Amino acid sequence: MAATQVTPTRMELTRLKRKLVTAVKGHRLLKDKRDELMRQFLDLVREDMELRVKVEEGIRNANRNFVLAKAGMSEETLRAALMAPRQEVILNQDKKNVMSVDIPVFNYETRTADANDIYSYGFAFTTGDLDGAVKSLADVFPDMLKLAEIEKSCQLMAAEIEKTRRRVNALEHVIIPETQEGIRYITMKLDENERSTQVRLMKVKDMMLQEAHKYKKG
Amino acid sequence: MYKIAVMGDYDSIYGFASVGLTTFPVEEETSTEEAARLLRQTAESGYGIIYMTEHLAARLDREVKKYASQLMPAIILIPGVQGNTGKGVEQVRKSVEQAVGSDILFGGEE
Repeated sequence: MAATQVTPTRMELTRLKRKLVTAVKGHRLLKDKRDELMRQFLDLVREDMELRVKVEEGIRNANRNFVLAKAGMSEETLRAALMAPRQEVILNQDKKNVMSVDIPVFNYETRTADANDIYSYGFAFTTGDLDGAVKSLADVFPDMLKLAEIEKSCQLMAAEIEKTRRRVNALEHVIIPETQEGIRYITMKLDENERSTQVRLMKVKDMMLQEAHKYKKG
Repeated sequence: MYKIAVMGDYDSIYGFASVGLTTFPVEEETSTEEAARLLRQTAESGYGIIYMTEHLAARLDREVKKYASQLMPAIILIPGVQGNTGKGVEQVRKSVEQAVGSDILFGGEE
């Protein structure tokens, strides 16, 4: 794997050693982060799934009621009845930081405190079915809001987990082995250089001795 | 602060107006570009949550994905009057797959 060019110098060796220490530390930290994120994500996803089933069931019911209500009166009356809603939902969004992921926290207020303001029509021209339908929808609404919060959090966390997982893998399988390889290469090269210097010096010494004393060794 | 929007065909969403959400009817005839434009407009004008029928989301898949990584707005799929297509659950499954690398939660159920 020594395809990467490393200059075999002492300075490079120190740099690589420092890099390895950082990489190992970073790898450990990121791995912990990934594990914790995963734990929270799995809890959240289970909750999300339960809530989704509940909400979908609730909306299906509401839709059924609305279809019934629609069957009982004219299209115009229905449109007119729901044309000017009295109630309005104001959404407040907060952020919560979970393992460096910003996840939303939703709170909502209604414009009027009266729970009966969901009926934005006079009761004279509409059927009772419509009241029931509107009520069934209003009942499922708090769950819908909770679902929005949890599902968005799941999406954001999934993206973060993917990113973290890639980082962990890159460190574990690429950066760390490459750095270790580089360090090994430099150490061996330096040792080799040292040996060759040693041998050269010995050789030079021999030659000088021979020159000075006309003396042949061995 | 923020408002909540509902997008989809009129029959699926008109009821939500009564609870205090803003409804944006997008009919079957509406072109995809037009619907995408409406979604963009809605997302940029202070809506924190956009509930969208699964039917419409299937058509706007690319646009919806774009908002998945942003904090705002949250696009949440709801079943429309045509019934449940399972796309909402599919989305949850997708995020599990993205995070874990494989579907470990619901794989055994089907």
